[in-house]
Amino acid sequence: MNKVGNLLRGNLRQYIMVIALVVVIVFFQILTGGVLLLPLNVANLISQNAYILIMAIGMLLCILTGGNVDLSVGSVAGFVGAISATMMLKMQVPVLPTIIVSLLIGLVIGFWQGFWIAYVGVPAFIATLGSMLIFRGLTYVVLKGTSLAPLPAGYTFLASGFIPDIASVGGLNLLALLLGIVASILYVFRELSIRKNKRKYGFEISPLMFFIPKVVGILIVINAFSFTLASYKGIPMVLVIVIALVLVYSFITMKTIPGRHIYAFGGNAKAAQLSGVNTKKVMFWVYTNMGVLAALAGVIFTGRLNSATPKAGVNFEMDAIAACFIGGASTSGGVGTVVGAMVGGLLMGVLNNGMSIMGISIDWQQTIKGFVLLAAVGFDVYSKSKSK
Amino acid sequence: MEQYALEMRNISKSFPGVKALDNVNFKVKPKHIHALVGENGAGKSTLMNILSGVHPFGTYEGEIVIDGQVCAFKNIKDSEAMGIAIIHQELALIPQLSIAENVFLCNEQTDFGSVINWNKTHTRTLEMMKKVGLNEPIETKIKDIGMGKQQLVEITKALAKDVKILILDEPTAALNDDDSKHLLDLLLELKEQGITCIIISHKLHEVTKVADEITVLRDGKTIETLVKGVDEITESRIIIDMVGRELVDRFPKRSHQIGEVCFEVKNWSAYDSKDDTKLVLKNININTRRGEVVGIAGLMGAGRTEFVMSIFGRSFGKKIEGTIIKDGKEIQIKNVSDAIKHGIAYATEDRKNAGLILIDNIKSNISLTALDKVSKGIVIDENKEIKVVEDFREKLRIKSSSIFQKTGNLSGGNQQKVVFSKWIFSDPDVLILDEPTRGIDVGAKYEIYTIINELTANGKTIILISSELPEIIGMCDRVYVMNEGRIVGELDAEDASQVSIMNCIMQSNQEVYHE
Repeated sequence: MNKVGNLLRGNLRQYIMVIALVVVIVFFQILTGGVLLLPLNVANLISQNAYILIMAIGMLLCILTGGNVDLSVGSVAGFVGAISATMMLKMQVPVLPTIIVSLLIGLVIGFWQGFWIAYVGVPAFIATLGSMLIFRGLTYVVLKGTSLAPLPAGYTFLASGFIPDIASVGGLNLLALLLGIVASILYVFRELSIRKNKRKYGFEISPLMFFIPKVVGILIVINAFSFTLASYKGIPMVLVIVIALVLVYSFITMKTIPGRHIYAFGGNAKAAQLSGVNTKKVMFWVYTNMGVLAALAGVIFTGRLNSATPKAGVNFEMDAIAACFIGGASTSGGVGTVVGAMVGGLLMGVLNNGMSIMGISIDWQQTIKGFVLLAAVGFDVYSKSKSK
Repeated sequence: MEQYALEMRNISKSFPGVKALDNVNFKVKPKHIHALVGENGAGKSTLMNILSGVHPFGTYEGEIVIDGQVCAFKNIKDSEAMGIAIIHQELALIPQLSIAENVFLCNEQTDFGSVINWNKTHTRTLEMMKKVGLNEPIETKIKDIGMGKQQLVEITKALAKDVKILILDEPTAALNDDDSKHLLDLLLELKEQGITCIIISHKLHEVTKVADEITVLRDGKTIETLVKGVDEITESRIIIDMVGRELVDRFPKRSHQIGEVCFEVKNWSAYDSKDDTKLVLKNININTRRGEVVGIAGLMGAGRTEFVMSIFGRSFGKKIEGTIIKDGKEIQIKNVSDAIKHGIAYATEDRKNAGLILIDNIKSNISLTALDKVSKGIVIDENKEIKVVEDFREKLRIKSSSIFQKTGNLSGGNQQKVVFSKWIFSDPDVLILDEPTRGIDVGAKYEIYTIINELTANGKTIILISSELPEIIGMCDRVYVMNEGRIVGELDAEDASQVSIMNCIMQSNQEVYHE
């Protein structure tokens, strides 16, 4: 009995944020009279939060290295948006080269940050605070204080386009339905192979009474989600980008040497260094990566707004940071997952969206989000201290 | 009925998955020095944590009785109010603050409730310092005094709180012989002044010398309490109690098959990492042969750790000069991963802060040094990794629930085995071990020595740094003696003795003096 209790507790902590997310969704679904999960609104939710989710992926890696954050991502996103709008509208550069140059600028900004933080040794907080001011200022300089709009359709496609359908079945998007089924099959296979491996090595596996409801629950979520998308315009382009990034970065963090080095560095920098981890290099690449993802988020956000404005991206860094911590990342580094950060980001996204639908003013939204962050991290810290 | 200063009756305490204490009875007479000994993981620290309120009342079973009064400590403050003070192995002093500030930290001498009265603080600090024989200006910052004196400051701090029962956890682990002796004398003096002491120590010769009573714990149970003058107290009896079997020899025998020279360091010099005008390593020359255990003996601060760390990927020092020759070829080592690639490994003396990632599990810790061995490209093959690590867990007998247990929850000896595993996994030719048995109990020490012997049998070279001379003498084929950043002697196993090693150091001190 005690064993089941332990298992339940272990699993509960792991899934607590997922459960919180479900609770919040149900809560707003009821309060908004079913508007929250209407197909149109689900598509909205995705495009509203995609850029925060993308930043949160990069931010998570920064946080993993030891609770370091990047305060400049909002400014970088705004700056990159300003540059790309200027290139397309003032210099008539085609869309694709513009996007490539935008991402390259992100890369260079990343090098710049990485250089100061990893090799000069400026604390990340200060270095990125500096960049936050620098790139916000430069955004104003580039845009000369005004907005640039509208942007070419090719550019906004990344943010608000949908993948063309292959065929429509009774008004439903077939591609979306098919992909939902493919994803379900892949998921079941993965779960089964993990289970098989665990059994092979004689590790404890969760009893079927937990396993089956979990798998069935997730299958329902996947297919309900794809059905919802199918009944609107199909699969949003940003969703593809976000899912691709989540898969790639989950793989990197969990299954590769660089990923392991990031966790080791965050867990104990000195021990990692003496084990042959090149901590400076890790730090450098983590911030370089953040630069690129911030630029990508900038492109997507600018595309969504269909204009580049000097204030674009203000406070994005705070949302990205909050997403990671709500998603279970440790403030001292070494603990946290990409999926966790996504759950954290979605939790905040649903809160924003739900409150907007209900007509709650932006001031109150901020306040409530603040409390949620505090409660989530407070709960995490408290439950950790109890388990000791 | 006999009166006890402290009685802990039928104490049981469980952590998730482990029963740390099982019906332990622990009774301390007033004005006695009572030693608590046992292997790592025997439950000594848990017992003391219960006594000092770290594990609050309600998280354990049994009762604590002090001077006939049943106590239920909710926190450390409660236990302090009853006159209990614990001095942990890792000292709890603030390096940037002065002695006086540290002594009265959280116990400030105040006027009007919250304004610090510095005059009172200073006079009382001086008064207390006199009692412990600490002679240092009270304004001195903690970071500027040595470990021995820091230990005394801790005791001063306890005295300032009007301590009745003083608990010391491994007080001499980090001290040299002089400081240790001074500390032990002080304990005897404090006893005269009416303070009851509980001392946890692995150094049995010290325990047998000062303790009036000795309680041995094993696997969370009280084995027996030996009383001076009543029971016959010998180190071997205590060891048998501790490990549950007789250790015939403290150092396992090994066949000596020493090959040719495989590793040489020549004309090695380096300046301090923080102060590049201070030459700390002075023209060091050493060599080691295949299958050989080479010891580096020396006092605290002789520069032994600094020397090996400077070899190991320049982890210490600036303006490093000299050459490293391995298998007859000069090699360039610019960083730690170069060192690992060239088959050099260094197991640090500071297991917790620099050796292990305590929040990570055994698996990630062991594979970290050579992840490429279990990877294709940059992708880790987790099945292979698990298999390799599982092998180590079995071979080195790492006591743990699985390879997914966090290393932070292992006992000291088992943590050290994880450190060994990770370095053996990197497949080194030269394995540098810095204080490999510090803070480890007798049984685990023996196992560590056995591992060392197996490694040399496979043709590896071991460089062993140890502050325990018996260990150096018992394990090494050859000993370098280091003092003040230079090698001041080289002794073969037959010539190496505590006396000959100390002679080398003393002689070199004189030479320095004459210069």
